[in-house]
Amino acid sequence: MVADEDKVFKALADPSRRQLLDRLRRKNGQTLSELCEGHDMSRQAVTKHLNLLEEANLVATAKRGREKLHFLNPVPINEIYMRWIGKFEQGRIQALHNLKQALQEKEP
Amino acid sequence: MSEFVYTTYIKTSPQRVWDAITTPEFARQYWGHGNISDWKPGSRWDHVNESTGKVMMTGEILESNPPRRLVLSWVSPDKVADRSEHSRVTFEIEAMEDIVRLNVIHDQLKDGSEMAKGISRGWPRVLSSMKTFLETGNPLNTWAGDTQSCASKEKAKQQAA
Repeated sequence: MVADEDKVFKALADPSRRQLLDRLRRKNGQTLSELCEGHDMSRQAVTKHLNLLEEANLVATAKRGREKLHFLNPVPINEIYMRWIGKFEQGRIQALHNLKQALQEKEP
Repeated sequence: MSEFVYTTYIKTSPQRVWDAITTPEFARQYWGHGNISDWKPGSRWDHVNESTGKVMMTGEILESNPPRRLVLSWVSPDKVADRSEHSRVTFEIEAMEDIVRLNVIHDQLKDGSEMAKGISRGWPRVLSSMKTFLETGNPLNTWAGDTQSCASKEKAKQQAA
């Protein structure tokens, strides 16, 4: 189960899976049941998406008693980031990002 | 309490992953600072900037089973007296044919604390740089673009001085 870039990009190319990652970013270490709450998706669909995310190593899991907890694992995304962005001057990118955030915060 | 779990797959051996964590000469290259300890249970460990001698992070070795498992407590040196500030880091190093799965579990963190925010920025960078370092012999520019990391703050101070 070696995560390669193809798996990472395929896993990210789906809005439901990105939404699951967002949910883990807000609250890390959730069970399958927690991740199913408030979703239109069936439990089977969530399981399938989580398996794909786990195979791409974007989700790490840990057993706690009988429960399996899911954690956001951004390590592969950092690798992609370092490959194409990290090598270059980043101060300006950060400045643009900060500017964008500041402008968006001002919007009603 | 917050908990984070990070996983990376590295084409190397468990011993080399263990050495990368516990040998200051290696850690300095991909992490920014070396980790200094005799790595025996009960001993202290320090994450040290060797050029200034400043201890950036410290703690105690809770479990040491080379090259498979290392558990340590993790606390900012100015908060050692406060037990509630002590978090825990577990390294699980598992061989899978010709690759190694490295799990880093950082738990017992205060919810929403600066430490929780800091480590969630730090571990993905440290682990992807460790992977590149072990697979290619060259580390990444680990802290590039992160103005909040200890390494970046030190660099900024040096430049300002």
